[in-house]
Amino acid sequence: MNAEYEANSEQPAPLPGDIVKRHRLSTRIWHGVNAFALLILLMSGLMIFNAHPRLYWGQKGADNDAAWLVIGNVQGKGFVQIGSRKINTAGVLGSYTDGEGVAKQRAFPYWATIPSGYNLSTARLWHFAFAWIFSLAIMGFMIRALWNGHIMRDLHIKRAQWSLRHIWQDIKDHAQLRFPKGAEALHYGILQKLSYIAVIFVLIPLMIFTGLTMSPGMNAAWPWLADLFGGRQSARSLHFIIAFGLLAFFAVHMAMVFLSGPLNQVRGILTGRFRIPGVRSAQQPVSDPVAEEQSQ
Amino acid sequence: MTNKKAIHVPRRQLLRGITAGAGGLMLSGCDMLSANQTFLGVLKSTEPLNMGAHRLITDRAALAREFTAADLSPDFKPNGSQTGDTPEYKQHKAARFASWRLRVDGMVANPLALSLAQLKAMPSREQITRHDCVEGWSAIGKWRGTPLRLVLQQAGLSAKARFLVFHCADKFGTDPYYESIDLVDGFHPQTILAWGMNGGELPERHGAPLRLRVERQLGYKHAKFIMRIEAVDSLARFGQGKGGYWEDVAGYQWYAGI
Repeated sequence: MNAEYEANSEQPAPLPGDIVKRHRLSTRIWHGVNAFALLILLMSGLMIFNAHPRLYWGQKGADNDAAWLVIGNVQGKGFVQIGSRKINTAGVLGSYTDGEGVAKQRAFPYWATIPSGYNLSTARLWHFAFAWIFSLAIMGFMIRALWNGHIMRDLHIKRAQWSLRHIWQDIKDHAQLRFPKGAEALHYGILQKLSYIAVIFVLIPLMIFTGLTMSPGMNAAWPWLADLFGGRQSARSLHFIIAFGLLAFFAVHMAMVFLSGPLNQVRGILTGRFRIPGVRSAQQPVSDPVAEEQSQ
Repeated sequence: MTNKKAIHVPRRQLLRGITAGAGGLMLSGCDMLSANQTFLGVLKSTEPLNMGAHRLITDRAALAREFTAADLSPDFKPNGSQTGDTPEYKQHKAARFASWRLRVDGMVANPLALSLAQLKAMPSREQITRHDCVEGWSAIGKWRGTPLRLVLQQAGLSAKARFLVFHCADKFGTDPYYESIDLVDGFHPQTILAWGMNGGELPERHGAPLRLRVERQLGYKHAKFIMRIEAVDSLARFGQGKGGYWEDVAGYQWYAGI
């Protein structure tokens, strides 16, 4: 995000077509590490889920207890059961045909898991190794982003943005795929801020803490964790639900990138260089290297 | 506009192709890495970090939560071996474990051979705790048994001993089950040699006559059908040297606190 031109009133706002520095190196590194770790954690997590594809509320839950979610199969045909509703998911969930054409009866299919075949101990190795990377990365990012003002400047929701009219306008803009042009494109809208705040400060920390709550060692040491989430099996259920929440965020995030100029957005998050979108009017000079050089 | 559309279609197909290709590459890449001992070694190098972090930031003597009778699982799921497999075990079972003895030996001053009656005559502890399986499920049961530390004190554990190896009567194929814990868990007040469950005798499917309860770790550490406890300073000479049956054959973590 361009901060300098905002702070320095003498510097003109960048114009459409200008290349400006946008995401800081720390943001880009965290974003890449986090995206990669999340993918590994999701896929190894789905393999771990396959070891016991049932979810419960409370402290306990095993085969003979009531589950709120079951992914299973009857006579080789997969189903997902949520509460009392049973949905036929043969071929995708509960039963599938693997890459070699062999029929398998597992909850999540081979293309969604790490490793692709059933292997609980290896999936746990992947999961816990990347859990360290994931947790240290978000901690590092939070400290850095607080320190360099990224959070207060770019994610902090300004008073004016809280107005219902403004929020409604942002919803309409998104629904009509109207994305900001010109220097305005360097600021996050209210919906964008809310979703980033939700992911960084709510969903990712919840993932870490519900994960810790499944550890019997941590349960003994920090019993308040299990109290907070309503028991170990509740924490396991929440861990699963939030994982899919993050997956949903990823889907919307990708859709927005795709719709708002994918090459420019991807270049922005990879190299930090972002082209101001929009059409430059005839009065505006074509070349403006100042914006590029002075912005950080 | 039309021009743009004409460009968009192949681009979309291209993107789809790239995505599918990248997905396939990633999957086979992850499988290749999962089969690569060096890479697995890198992943496993985080294991001491897990145990180290637990031991560092948490109280080593912290007690696992104890529940009430109202929390008991109506039907505690038996898992793993449901019976002992050795001829010796079968004889003891037929004789209702009357001449069964728990051997405590290795790095101890006074090797012991304790009968079930002797174990039951020692001070015992009852605890209602949650059993967490590595697979993800949990069950709550009431266990009664002899604190392991009392047995270790009676045997006069050597100062050089670092681990306790539990030799079991159940087998997977030809491999006997065994497990091991360190002395932090060995002397923990909730670590008991359980001979009773849910107010009755310990059922066979749950490891009769004696099973370990090591409440802050996952189910596979809770050795069933215990015949012998050996105090040692190294786990290298047992099985493949990883400290337990599942650790050896499947690569489960020796520290099962997560």
